[in-house]
Amino acid sequence: MMSNGGFSSRNGASGPSYINGPFQNPITIHPSTQGYIVAQPSSTMTQSKAPLLPAPDNYNFKLCQQATPVSLYQSPSASSMPIRPPEGCSEPFAPSQPAACNHRMLLLPTSQSSSTPPVSNSFCQNLHQPISRQYEGHTHVGNAVNPNPALGSSLTSMAYSLGTPTPLFFGNASQSPGPPPASASNLPVPGPNAANAVPQTSNQLDRKLYGTPPAVGSPADMGASPPLRPPGLLVSSVLPPPLADQNEAGPYPPQAGQMSKPAGTAYPSLEPGYQGIEGIPKPLPVHPPTPLYGFPPQQYQQPSVGPAQLSPSLSALSLQSQTPEALRVVNLLQERNILPPGPVPAPTPCLPQDLQKLNCSPEVFCSTLTSIPQTQALLNKAKLPLGLLLHPFKDLSQLPVVMSSSIVRCRSCRTYINPFVSFLDQRRWKCNLCYRVNDVPEDFMYNPVSRSYGEPHKRPEIQNATIEFIAPSEYMLRPPQPAVYLFVLDVSHNAVETGYLDVVCQSLLESLNSLPGDTRTKIGFITFDSMIHFYNLQEGLSQPQMLIVSDIEEIFLPTPDSLLVNLNECKELVRDLLKSLPQMFTKTMETHSALGPALQASFKLMSPTGGRVSVFQTQLPSLGVGALNSREDPNQRASAKDVQHLSPATDFYKKLALDCSGQQVAVDLFLLSGQYCDLATLGCVSRYSAGSIYFYPSYHSQHNPAQTERFQKDLKRYLTRKIGFEAVMRIRCTKGLSIHTFHGNFFVRSTDLLSLPNINPDAGFAVQMSIEENLVDMQVVSFQAALLYTSSKGERRIRVHTMCLPVVNSMSDIFAGADVQAITGLLASMAVDRSVTASLSDARDAMTNAAIDSLISYRTSVLTIQQPGLLAPACLRLFPLYILALLKQKAFRTGTSTRLDDRVFAMCQLKYQPLMYLMLMIHPSLYRLDNLTDEGSLNINDCTIPQPGMLQLSVEKLNSEGAFLMDTGSEMYLWVGRNCNPTFLKQVLGVQNYATLPLNMNRLPELDTAESTRTRAFISWLREQRPFYPLLHIVRDESPLKASFMQNMIEDRTESALSYYEFLLHVQQQVSK
Amino acid sequence: MEAAVFILSLVDCCALIFLSVYFIITLSDLECDYINARACCSKLNKWVIPELIGQALATVLMLVSMHWFIFLLNLPVASWNIYRYVKVPMGNMGVFDPTEIHNRGQLKSHMKEAMIKLGFHLLCFFIYLYSMILALIND
Repeated sequence: MMSNGGFSSRNGASGPSYINGPFQNPITIHPSTQGYIVAQPSSTMTQSKAPLLPAPDNYNFKLCQQATPVSLYQSPSASSMPIRPPEGCSEPFAPSQPAACNHRMLLLPTSQSSSTPPVSNSFCQNLHQPISRQYEGHTHVGNAVNPNPALGSSLTSMAYSLGTPTPLFFGNASQSPGPPPASASNLPVPGPNAANAVPQTSNQLDRKLYGTPPAVGSPADMGASPPLRPPGLLVSSVLPPPLADQNEAGPYPPQAGQMSKPAGTAYPSLEPGYQGIEGIPKPLPVHPPTPLYGFPPQQYQQPSVGPAQLSPSLSALSLQSQTPEALRVVNLLQERNILPPGPVPAPTPCLPQDLQKLNCSPEVFCSTLTSIPQTQALLNKAKLPLGLLLHPFKDLSQLPVVMSSSIVRCRSCRTYINPFVSFLDQRRWKCNLCYRVNDVPEDFMYNPVSRSYGEPHKRPEIQNATIEFIAPSEYMLRPPQPAVYLFVLDVSHNAVETGYLDVVCQSLLESLNSLPGDTRTKIGFITFDSMIHFYNLQEGLSQPQMLIVSDIEEIFLPTPDSLLVNLNECKELVRDLLKSLPQMFTKTMETHSALGPALQASFKLMSPTGGRVSVFQTQLPSLGVGALNSREDPNQRASAKDVQHLSPATDFYKKLALDCSGQQVAVDLFLLSGQYCDLATLGCVSRYSAGSIYFYPSYHSQHNPAQTERFQKDLKRYLTRKIGFEAVMRIRCTKGLSIHTFHGNFFVRSTDLLSLPNINPDAGFAVQMSIEENLVDMQVVSFQAALLYTSSKGERRIRVHTMCLPVVNSMSDIFAGADVQAITGLLASMAVDRSVTASLSDARDAMTNAAIDSLISYRTSVLTIQQPGLLAPACLRLFPLYILALLKQKAFRTGTSTRLDDRVFAMCQLKYQPLMYLMLMIHPSLYRLDNLTDEGSLNINDCTIPQPGMLQLSVEKLNSEGAFLMDTGSEMYLWVGRNCNPTFLKQVLGVQNYATLPLNMNRLPELDTAESTRTRAFISWLREQRPFYPLLHIVRDESPLKASFMQNMIEDRTESALSYYEFLLHVQQQVSK
Repeated sequence: MEAAVFILSLVDCCALIFLSVYFIITLSDLECDYINARACCSKLNKWVIPELIGQALATVLMLVSMHWFIFLLNLPVASWNIYRYVKVPMGNMGVFDPTEIHNRGQLKSHMKEAMIKLGFHLLCFFIYLYSMILALIND
């Protein structure tokens, strides 16, 4: 841990009290800053404007003072960065000069771990000062921003000349003009100290500062400043435009319906001069390019859709004079090999190349139809679902992070500026969602990447469809919360018997240092059986103190202050506790489980801060509130009749989840049980609080070692993965489209706002859309998902994904743009809803009908020549197969014995998993492994990874002389044939013959043979593609797991389900009716 | 006697009209984001049973006073109210569930329902008024 002497001594005294005492007070005293209070009557807002005016002064003043010892922003390669001489700061800058330079950009590869290397908060703080002062300048001193570009450019040039050319971190130059207005302009601006802050030379990367993000202020400061109020309110009094602070967390998100409608909004109404002179905008120039000041304002190369843009089918016609590949007619009954050799690629939207190049990655954001139909009638006719699938918090290898003084957004719909807006001229941009014309702020004219002025369309915001902003304080309803983790462990007899406590404690001990967080991270533990046990871990105790509360009817916290403790200060006590916990309950005879009261206790404990509660439960809760009865009748598991009890038995868990959601607490559920646990009811607590659900059926550390290993790996990932707190996500779409249904784990707080107390990189979302107004006159529509969250380092960040799709008006174009995987994913989510609200058989029928209807629609409205057979466009050729796979999925299958919990868990996964993992779960991949060659192999990091072709999931593809790998996403099965090639057995599996192959083998021996290296390289390559760790089961004919392997052979017939061919015949019969 | 029955129904009907208006206002607040789903649903769920009782009361009054036409007019609405209340799944927090209300166009259908009920109650109001005047004159 790096530290800054000066800073820690400053904060040292107030450190502990800050954590345990006063820190909570602002929050507890003003609960109105949290949760639901968001919806306040607007009158309060306006009324409070006047009295609030002085507040920002005060507030910012604190900020400046706080930030005094902050060092300059330091890059990791700080040595190469010349330190700004102190004189630089005192350079006189008239405050009336444009704020062209107070934004800085970082384009950093953000790796998947939570380390956000050089974006230290010190940088952040430095940055906020000039901004706040400038706002004051606007409002109080009355210095308007001078819109004179000449001045601006001269300023920029000065900044540029001062700057040092570092290739990766942009915006050193802007450091100089940032602070000066305060020190040099003789303005009565508070915070002259800030000037001193800048020149501080230091090589210390002041990570400690994460502890005190800009808005927090030290406790002493808090006392002096007026009581903390939602910054949304506060800022509304500062910023002149009344709408300016309507961010995700703001009290009144504006409605799309209230937008002013600019007349004549034919979208690409650009003057000819603007339309792609060079067509393709340059990718972010890394080296400082030549100064561009002299350019006349007309030089725009904004990627735009020309009015003359061809419709996809027309362009296809003109380019190839034949039907595009996606529309090639496939007779499913005749073409047997429809699987592509590798993964199924997502279709590319039919956009001009320069736009498409900027578009969001389909792994993060994709639509079921990559060409949006113009009208709802057309969509209804196509019989395909319209929706979006998102994986917004995906671990990205490269993510541009922008730190800007003000985040440029549309004034009416609050859309973030994105690559698909159009610049009307140098000063104005037109929102691509609501078509309002907005001004380009002065800051935005300066491009820190190229360090040039007057090229707003070259800024990273315009060049990247996925971007992350570091949010200023108006995006906070309260000071960013610390990372808070609470572990709630079941210690009843049943739980101790499974032996899971050892694994949890061991994993936690190992990961204790890598838990995402900063110096403020807090941790706490609760165990429960028929009573609730709290653990006092307060600093100064020699050993953890267990506090037992036996009154589970009215739960209370015995010592509210010392149950959640600072992880860094009390690490030793936490370690002690984790070491002794597994032994503490070995003799317990308590069989009851009071989960409900334990959850209530956790909620009470967490509600002042928010955070993550991880609940480990091994049996049906039997005591106190939320006690449940077993609803499953084992005799009904295999019945073909309708499955009952898919919906929750009580609303207790749902209510609790909503309470948690209001206080920014997410509950993650780990269910480890042999018995029925009523996941349908218990799962609610995670589903509506944006938690995740893990399920380990028949978990036992001795009897089921494979499950234990999976649990260990999952826990490791769970504990160390990135996490975002107190998040909200808003999905905006172009006017005319509207979202009507949401799928995933969250609470929909208002029409398009998802409340996500926690967000993790493994969470996927789906939404269904309808076309409310005809999209006539539009060539493209856009969708924007903005995720506002607090990082584990206490930074408020906004991750914005924007996707642009073409609008089409012919059926063939709609079909050509269909994304079969996304459609399947969305249909699966819809089917889960249907089976809960209606019935399972209803859902199954609906899925079959979806396939039939879309093919009928294709046949009647796209095909010109009627041929016999079952015809599908090439892009939808896998659709019936995927539907059949869904019908045979654990979630929806009938006739095969399926435990209710297994079924419900599969349903949860269908709704919660991101599409790429979901597809593996629905339709596993099958590879032959015994004859791997280097032919066509990939070469990554000097490692040759063979690429065997994907096989159909049919027993006819299996061969008793081969070995086959089936990858189902969360598990892998390596099936070894009875007469398997002896070389493979020896060289890869390390056994002499088939008979000596053990029944429960879970890993490949590391043999020094070419075959073994190849096989292991391939398997580890598959594993690396996903964040969780799929277990490998080596399966032989006698293995108990053979059944699980064989039930994934979805193209084959089972006693209760059709084979693929039969299913096709059934579909054909319906289609040709 | 007859007049008393209609005066009572009239009062009941007024209450139901106010309730419908309240439902519509609250739902449109939710639509416009002035209120969050949780608050909206807990507000509305409180009034589901009073509404049900009010409607049942009017129906029963018409039945016992043997006004068959008005009784038959009221019966479908009363049974719909009861059906809707009974059919709430166990895991839901009432007729209006905050986790569901933004899904599958539920908000719109609730809105539509409230509108139709408002129209119906207005119609009933005038029928009761007319019948009441008639009854008073006949007395």
